[in-house]
Amino acid sequence: MPAVSKGDGMRGLAVFISDIRNCKSKEAEIKRINKELANIRSKFKGDKALDGYSKKKYVCKLLFIFLLGHDIDFGHMEAVNLLSSNRYTEKQIGYLFISVLVNSNSELIRLINNAIKNDLASRNPTFMGLALHCIANVGSREMAEAFAGEIPKILVAGDTMDSVKQSAALCLLRLYRTSPDLVPMGDWTSRVVHLLNDQHLGVVTAATSLITTLAQKNPEEFKTSVSLAVSRLSRIVTSASTDLQDYTYYFVPAPWLSVKLLRLLQCYPPPDPAVRGRLTECLETILNKAQEPPKSKKVQHSNAKNAVLFEAISLIIHHDSEPNLLVRACNQLGQFLQHRETNLRYLALESMCTLASSEFSHEAVKTHIETVINALKTERDVSVRQRAVDLLYAMCDRSNAQQIVAEMLNYLETADYSIREEIVLKVAILAEKYAVDYTWYVDTILNLIRIAGDYVSEEVWYRVIQIVINRDDVQGYAAKTVFEALQAPACHENLVKVGGYILGEFGNLIAGDPRSSPLIQFNLLHSKFHLCSVPTRALLLSTYIKFVNLFPEIKTTIQDVLRSDSQLKNADVELQQRAVEYLRLSTIASTDILATVLEEMPPFPERESSILAKLKKKKGPGTVTDLEEIKKERSSDMNGSAEPALNATVVTTPSPTEDLLGLGPAPVTNSPPPPPTSDILLVDVFANPAAAVAPLAPGSDDNFASPDLASSEVVSEEPADTVHDADELFHKFVCKNNGVLFENQLLQIGLKSEFRQNLGRMFIFYGNKTSTQFLNFTPTVICSDDLQSSLNLQTKPVDPTVDGGAQVQQVVNIECVSDFMEAPILNIQFRYGGTFQNLSVKLPITLNKFFQPTEMSSQDFFQRWKQLSNPKQEVQNIFKAKHPMDAEITKAKIIGFGSALLEEVDPNPANFVGAGIIHTKTTQIGCLLRLEPNLQAQMYRLTLRTSKEAVSQRLCELLSEQF
Amino acid sequence: MMRFMLLFSRQGKLRLQKWYLATADKDKKKMVRELMQVVLARKPKMCSFLEWRDLKVVYKRYASLYFCCAIEGQDNELITLELIHRYVELLDKYFGSVCELDIIFNFEKAYFILDEFVMGGEIQDTSKKSVLKAIEQADLLQEEDESPRSVLEEMGLA
Repeated sequence: MPAVSKGDGMRGLAVFISDIRNCKSKEAEIKRINKELANIRSKFKGDKALDGYSKKKYVCKLLFIFLLGHDIDFGHMEAVNLLSSNRYTEKQIGYLFISVLVNSNSELIRLINNAIKNDLASRNPTFMGLALHCIANVGSREMAEAFAGEIPKILVAGDTMDSVKQSAALCLLRLYRTSPDLVPMGDWTSRVVHLLNDQHLGVVTAATSLITTLAQKNPEEFKTSVSLAVSRLSRIVTSASTDLQDYTYYFVPAPWLSVKLLRLLQCYPPPDPAVRGRLTECLETILNKAQEPPKSKKVQHSNAKNAVLFEAISLIIHHDSEPNLLVRACNQLGQFLQHRETNLRYLALESMCTLASSEFSHEAVKTHIETVINALKTERDVSVRQRAVDLLYAMCDRSNAQQIVAEMLNYLETADYSIREEIVLKVAILAEKYAVDYTWYVDTILNLIRIAGDYVSEEVWYRVIQIVINRDDVQGYAAKTVFEALQAPACHENLVKVGGYILGEFGNLIAGDPRSSPLIQFNLLHSKFHLCSVPTRALLLSTYIKFVNLFPEIKTTIQDVLRSDSQLKNADVELQQRAVEYLRLSTIASTDILATVLEEMPPFPERESSILAKLKKKKGPGTVTDLEEIKKERSSDMNGSAEPALNATVVTTPSPTEDLLGLGPAPVTNSPPPPPTSDILLVDVFANPAAAVAPLAPGSDDNFASPDLASSEVVSEEPADTVHDADELFHKFVCKNNGVLFENQLLQIGLKSEFRQNLGRMFIFYGNKTSTQFLNFTPTVICSDDLQSSLNLQTKPVDPTVDGGAQVQQVVNIECVSDFMEAPILNIQFRYGGTFQNLSVKLPITLNKFFQPTEMSSQDFFQRWKQLSNPKQEVQNIFKAKHPMDAEITKAKIIGFGSALLEEVDPNPANFVGAGIIHTKTTQIGCLLRLEPNLQAQMYRLTLRTSKEAVSQRLCELLSEQF
Repeated sequence: MMRFMLLFSRQGKLRLQKWYLATADKDKKKMVRELMQVVLARKPKMCSFLEWRDLKVVYKRYASLYFCCAIEGQDNELITLELIHRYVELLDKYFGSVCELDIIFNFEKAYFILDEFVMGGEIQDTSKKSVLKAIEQADLLQEEDESPRSVLEEMGLA
């Protein structure tokens, strides 16, 4: 037992700890602990009142037992009792126990809060400190409710001691993080900002943390902190190393505070010119200091110095506005890439990744490619190699893609298992994005499968198939290449899938060569059949039936295979069903029907890459998104025409194995996706030969669902209770407020509406176009259950009789409570002549009606844009233009949509950007949008970023329909 | 912000754990186990930083003890490394060449010192003097409190 250095006297505790340490086995330890627990329990229950000291000792023992990993279910009350002791040490142990072992027992929380309240009011700084620590440690909502109002007062009170101020600042920060709604901004905020000027550096440090977090959510409120932070930083970086006394750390003046100030500045765009000059000086000083000889050989000195340097570089990258500083930063990082300290190499690689996305420094980063490739080969630490992979990915562009992809493939052969999947995704994305020549792309993906087949996820191999199907110039090559790859005696199952699929579609393109004649192709595939899993075998069966169509000459061979017991009587239902149906199909269908059913796959709709989505998901928010964006922009600038085809990509990737049979009853319109096991029988097709037969597709409804079929014409002369989408008319109202919503031979419905913030009023005019009365005329506005909670609608009934040629009016008062997706339905019933009329239309009350436009500068826009970089906040849609692409009309539509149209914000004048705030009763949601037309391809890319995923989604849907 | 700090021995014994974000006990145990495994498997001279789940982990070994902090994506790795060092310095100054045993037997002191230094996952005061002054003041209060007791009483035998 070591001599306890200071002031302690709990010998009983030390003895107990010694005993535990001397236990030879886990059992002995548990026995000793149980003995102790029994002892403590009896002491606590005993009739003899325990003195404070004993209580403290036993509570401390319980804490020790808990920290060993055992459950503690008593002693809480004794700990709470200690809180109200007047003795510091007893109070302290009580608080420690509560901090570590708090549970949400409400009775106890009330008692604890009471004790805290007393200590906060005690004006004794040590007691106040303990209480604040306890609040920060527990940080529960109950605590926030009890103290969030009190702490700001302590923080800004003139007579509060410095140490208490520090604790109060961080305590408030903790509560703000858990319950921001309980910490309202107020008078205190401006006084907190001025703590940046405080004399006590400890206070400044704590306050800077608080301000940074608050400023992220309330930038307006705290924007005066920018100039204060810059001047504080300036004083620090120019101070001599002894000026700051104890806040100098190994000759580096106040490194923690410097880092925090630099971090705070990253919540804002570059400041006004006056302040900016001073900041630039600071940043230059920091960069200069990196070149000076070290003032100490200790690693602490260089670490602290470089911590400030890296944070400064982060700020430079964040501002992304001073080419000079960016290039200097890049050079500095370049030096670190070859530093002997592993830590610095790691951080340099990490930091360069973000630098690569700035257009000013992208080229400078690229000059380090050899060093980075070398790091990939020689670094001994996998986490450093991982960073090197990330950086190669970030610096990749058209000029170096071939080299980088080759190096990554090379590395993949020996890469750590933990990062293989990610490398596979990255290679797949780069190969696709920068493919000039699609044969290279196909080769690369097949190599991926060969080298790391187990790590090639479905997304990757679906993707190669989509691309081959969409590009006829590569189909022959792909068929030839997979055929050759399949020759290998042991090839990965993923290769069999790709091979099976591609040969099924395009095997005919190589069948002329006697070395790859139909029979040889079939035998090659079938030789792999028995080693494959069920889904792959199912896919191969589909390939076989496609062969029946492509190569009638081997039809009988295939039929024999299908007819064999191992197929027809297969234990797996799916396989058996396919065998039975395909066999039947091949026997009874005429050549024409076969050719139609088994026709080549139609091109896939072009959307965002599913692989990219997967990588984003894997890596979480952050680097990937930003990087992608800038890259997209850059590559479209460089090579606009190739872009649509490259970005052309599919999100929902139907599994070719599962849904090959997924032919719904024709005609297929909006039917739900077929069940995964494909119970729908092909026989249906033959039973109804007149029906339109769609080509056998991998089950994606996208191929069939045509917008014309989906939105049916609204003509309701007969009783009907279906809802008429009247999509065309409905969508027109997204960008305007007045007009005719619906019209048929009997009735015309007109609308006039106005909206302000989260409120609106809509006038509905019903016009009787006939000369006969409408009787029992009852219009009703219906909201689904979901909608009811977010949209408040109030209507008054109208007169049930509408004379011939007359018009009646109805008012709807609207209140938007929270964001919503659907539109309310307007149902109208009446009697005309002898018949009952019933029709429903969607009422165009859409989320964008509650937009308030917001004007902002380019800087602000991109600042906010970056802040909303979480993948969930962004929704993007790439779609074909449905109307002539006229810039003026587009502008009018964006304004009609409700957002401000921001001119001269986007570097590309052809693009449109907008900003606004959606007002609902409960929240306000800031929205940014960007629309990029591509005239050549007659397509648009629309990107929405808002703080709420559902809002981004909804606005994107609504606006996409407008162009 | 720092999410949590762990001190554990080379044998994988947890000596101190401090969580700055409410975490269920079950998850804590799982995270501790997982992270200890990752860190203990690393060789000397490897980089002090690693990506773990959605966090960045910064660790350093001092004699038989590993000090390990988990921070968020935007946080500064090097300054966290020095935060660890400053904490070690504080322990060292307080205990006088600190060793693992000091932290085992005076675990509550190790917690108190950490609390004075870091609060809510952010550094509270970087001055060694300020932190130690706070602790020493507390000790002073403690000494005033204590009344002498017999050894027997201490051992619970009285």
